[in-house]
Order: sequence, then C-alpha cells, then structure tokens
Amino acid sequence: MMTSLLELQNVTKVYSGGLLRRRATVALEDNYVSIGGSKSEATILAIAGESGSGKTTMGMLLLGFIEPTSGKVLYKGQDLWESPKDVWRDFRRQVQAIFQDPFEVYNPFYKVDHMLTTPVKKFGLADSRAEQEAIVEKALTGVGLRPGETLGRYPHQLSGGQRQRVTVARALLLDPKVIIADEPVSMVDASLRATILKSLRRLKNEMGISILYITHDLATAYHICEDIMILYQGSVVEAGDVETVIMDPQHPYTKLLVSSIPWPDPNRRWGEPEDVTKGQALAERGTVGCKFAPRCPQAMDICHEKRPSLFWTGDTRAVSCFLYQDSPVVQPSEINKVLTNTASDVSVAAP
Amino acid sequence: MSETAAQVRDVHEASEESVNEAVLQVKDLHVYYYTEAGVVKAVDGVTFDLDRGVKMGLVGESGCGKSTLAMSLMRMIKRPGRIESGQALINGRDDLASVSDERMRELRLREISLIPQGAMNSLNPVMRVKDQLLDGLEDHGVKLNGREGRERVNALLESVDLDLDVADMYPHELSGGMKQRVCVAIAISMEPSVLLADEPTSALDVVVQRQVMATIERLQAEMGISMILIGHDMGLMAQSVDQLAVMYAGRLAEVGDVHDIFEEPLHPYTELLISTLPTLGRRGEFTGIPGITPALVNPPSGCLFHPRCPHAMDICSEVAPTWQEIRPDHWVACHLYGGE
Repeated sequence: MMTSLLELQNVTKVYSGGLLRRRATVALEDNYVSIGGSKSEATILAIAGESGSGKTTMGMLLLGFIEPTSGKVLYKGQDLWESPKDVWRDFRRQVQAIFQDPFEVYNPFYKVDHMLTTPVKKFGLADSRAEQEAIVEKALTGVGLRPGETLGRYPHQLSGGQRQRVTVARALLLDPKVIIADEPVSMVDASLRATILKSLRRLKNEMGISILYITHDLATAYHICEDIMILYQGSVVEAGDVETVIMDPQHPYTKLLVSSIPWPDPNRRWGEPEDVTKGQALAERGTVGCKFAPRCPQAMDICHEKRPSLFWTGDTRAVSCFLYQDSPVVQPSEINKVLTNTASDVSVAAP
Repeated sequence: MSETAAQVRDVHEASEESVNEAVLQVKDLHVYYYTEAGVVKAVDGVTFDLDRGVKMGLVGESGCGKSTLAMSLMRMIKRPGRIESGQALINGRDDLASVSDERMRELRLREISLIPQGAMNSLNPVMRVKDQLLDGLEDHGVKLNGREGRERVNALLESVDLDLDVADMYPHELSGGMKQRVCVAIAISMEPSVLLADEPTSALDVVVQRQVMATIERLQAEMGISMILIGHDMGLMAQSVDQLAVMYAGRLAEVGDVHDIFEEPLHPYTELLISTLPTLGRRGEFTGIPGITPALVNPPSGCLFHPRCPHAMDICSEVAPTWQEIRPDHWVACHLYGGE
C-alpha cells in the first residue's frame, strides 16, 4: 500500500473566539485530502470554494503553518506535528508554497535576489557563489523570466506578473514534490494568467510535482486540474474528476457556483442570479443539518436535521447531499479513490 | 456611433433630443504623469462616445491607463499627474477636462459618479451606513429633515436589494457584497447620467459577483444610466456589457459591440486577449500573449503593440495607426485596416 506524501486525516480546525469574539469559528471540519506520491501520479488537485469555505485554512494546514484542532497532518505517513526536527526540515524542502499576493510576500527593502538566495543558503544547495547563481538563474528561466532583467532589482521595479513568477521560481529552487498554490493567479492580468498556469502545468508534467491549486475561480481550475474538491463552510460538498464536476455538477451548491462562472461568451449569459436575501442569510455555522440547507433550493426535511455523508455518485465522484442518499457512502479511507482514480496506481490512505 | 449619429453630433453638439445621443463624448484626451523617470503618457489620445443607457466595458491589462482614464473623468488626477489636453463633454454641456473645480464638485455624483476600485474598503468605519448614504446628498445641498432622510435611506437601500436594518449598521457588520451594495447606493444616490465602475466586483465571490452585477444592471436600466465598467475580466465583460473598449498602453485599440468583438476581433491585441480566456470545452489549452506591456516612460515607436504583434508590418514600427471607424460603430486603431 502506498502512502501519499502529504495527507489530512479527519482534520478539524477551529479558530477559537478571542476577547471580542464570542463564538469559535469552525474553519474546516472532518477533512480528508491527500496529495503527492510517486512521479508517475503527479496530479493537480483544485480546492475550490468561496471566501470562508476553509480552502486557505486547508492550505495552511498542509503547509504546516497551523496545527489542526483535531485529526492528523501526515507527511510521508508520519504525523507531522509529532515529528522530529529533521522531518520538518525535509518537509520544508519538499512542500513549497505560492501565495496569492505577489506584492505582500516581498520585503521591499531587499532586492528580489534575496528571496531567491535565502532558500539556497538555508538548505545548503550551493557550494560556491557561482553555483548559487546558476541555480537561481535556472529557476528563473524555468518560469520564463530573463535573469538579467530580473536579478538586482527591487520588488517595486517588477510588474505583478514578473513578481508572481519569481515566487514560482523560488518554489522551484528546492526541487519540491508538492506545491501548495493559494490563488496564484487571482491578482495577475489575463494575458499573464495563461502563462503562469501553463508553467504550473509544466511543473506537473515535466518535473512530476503535484500541485494543490486553491482557488475561487472554477474556470481556471477546470483548465489546469485533473481533480477538484468543492468546499462549503469547511466541508466537502462535492469531489471528483474536474470534467464531470464542472460539466455536470450534482450538488445544488456546485450547480450554483458553476452557473455563476462568467464564461467569456456574450452569447452564453448568466441566468437569473440566486435570490439575494437567501445569499445574505449567512447560515449559522455548526447547525445540525446540512450547512447549505438554508440556501438550498432543493432542501428537504432531512437536510435540516442531519449532516449528509459523502455518497458515491460515480466512479470518480462523491457528493455530500441527501439527494443522493441511496448511493453507497464513501468511507474516509476511500476519499483518495474519488480523487485519483484517473491515475493508474491509486494510493490509498493508510489509517 | 453610427454615421448619421456622427453627423448629428457634428452639427449640434449639445442636442439632447437626438436618439443616439452621446451622454459622454471623450475627444483626444491626454493624461500625463510627470515622474522623475520621465513623462508617463497614461492616457494618450483617447476618443470615444458613450450613448445614453449603454453599458460600455473598458478592458486592458494593469497599467494600461484604464483607471487613470476613469479618474480623469472624475477630475481626480493628483500630482504629478495632469490632464494635458483633450475634452470630455458630459451631457453636451460641461467639459470635464476643463470646468472649474467648483463646477466639478457639483457635477460629481449628480452627473457622473464613480465606484472606485476596492470601494468597499473606502467606507468610513466609524459612520453608520445611513449617514454615509446621506453625506453626498447633503454635500450637494439637498436638505432633508429626519423623516425625509429616513425615507431616502430606505429607498436607496431597497434599490440595491439591502435590508432596511442595514441603515443603522457600521461597515464592519456587513459582508463584502453588502458593503459593495452600499457603495453602489451612494454612487447612484443622485441619479447621475454616467456611472464609472472600476472593478466593482473584483473582490467578491462569483455567486455574490453575479448578484451585485444584477443589481447594478437593473438600476442602470431603470434609471437610464450610462455605465463604463472597468476591469480586466473578459468573462465578466461578456456577461455584462453592450459595448467593449479595449485599451492598450494608454490608447484605445478597439471599440465595438461586445458580440461583434467576441465573434470577430479586429485588433490583433483583442484577438490575443480573447484567445487567452478559459472557455468551456478546449480544456487544458493555454495561450499567453508573448512579451510584456511596454514601459510608458519609454514607449516603442509607431503602434505601441507592434513588438508583441503577430501581424506586425514595417509601417507599424514607424507610424502610429489612426483611430478609424471600420464598420458602423466598430472602431479600431490598426494598420491592417488601412487608413491614412
């Protein structure tokens, strides 16, 4: 049985209320996800949802930036938060991050070189200055930047797209197995968006890097990912092969999301939007029933009483909705099957 | 603008009766920034007409001057920027580029208003929503007593599909979509003829974006407001506007009916821009636009797009193409279509 490189097992993250907040916020609830294995099964998995869906929390957990409230983060099958320092060191090298805002990640007082040379020094990748330069230049070229035009400059002297590509280059330096990309193109222009997405795809195809693509943009997810997981208020509502999920969404929430995608075709306009009042009725978190029930046009009595499990609705698809309650329930250990059935050697989470 | 309408415009500029009357006529507008590095021609000779009740989309990459154009129409360009030359006639009467500051203050909100980029973060955090809604009205000398004020606030909240309870709330109690609705309510509070909306939904989730756009469009239609929707999301443009204006490096590349442009883009830049879009079907295909946007301090000669253009000819690096109406209501600046 193969273990995934990185896994969340039954993870819940609660941000407890501080002085001013009365209630704790459940950002992620009983979540299972796994990413990365051998090179042959490198994959791009999209985690999609609106703000507050817990998608960034999931990224932060997988990056080891925050500790889960309950459940485990497994790195190479070991509980990350019980692991010794050398495992962490290995983890920090193998799992890299790309963030949304190419403005915020830079220290404006340092030249961009600083961000690229720091990891090289930290991990002792180069024996000499010349070698360090070679590594940095190779990474920059890998994302389509000319080293001569990029190095020696301050962040404000680069365009947003260039800056974002430098952060991709930085992630590449360490030759990672997994990249967690949190909204990597949401602040980049359309013409560059394609270039960056293309380079992400190349990382997967040519370097065997698995990518967790966290986004609210289903249109780009549809184009670069194999699998997709849709989150709503911290729970998975639908997961599976991206083509089937986007072309034929089953969960009422996924349907709403997909129908709201502004496709660039003036002849294929949006229909009527969701009733505003329903959308604004910020559903009480932690209610007993399905979290989407207060907004759901198809809600039944049971939806307000019980939380739905994930049900198998196809070979590569699971939906958490009582409309599909006659289908078999997806066992926690089977979640990988939903997501990686497209790859030949399916890895199953070993509990 | 059709040929007949163009003639009408030439004969009586101020005519308010003509059918295709332009609410906003921008003529050869230049806005420059005088920076230490040199003169940045952020808006460099932009000409277009906006007809009554029309929704026009203004798209372009960041730094192409689209926000500067909006800010110059509001006369909110700050030093080192300056409106260099040109005209922007609103309702055939006032030239936004040259009226006095005092007159401009009257025109803002009453005839032209702006939903700025990131508007929802521009609400005053220590002021209740109702007071912010009335602030602009009072500034324009609208006198309302307590009851009238309350009624006005309720009407405005209703018009943007907000609950009346929102009146007594502070911005932090509202979600992003609700804050954005408050900004829309402020912008339309005096029923302007022209509404400039600079990426009004870029910070919102898709579901909320669609709702907010539906509200803006409904108001726009009900009040007969002409709108310029500024942004870089071609998907949103395809969903929302009637006319599309494509801007590149401070100049307009193409203006036309949104269906025509998506079906048959004339300018190579527009064509590339459309080909980069993620569409349904054709999954996994990516086309980027080669090269990067030119530095406006030291722009290329001739047509500014020629270094990136797949159809570039000799003339393109020498002479800037003229802005011409190739077909009725379809304008383009490109040597592929002849011209002087």
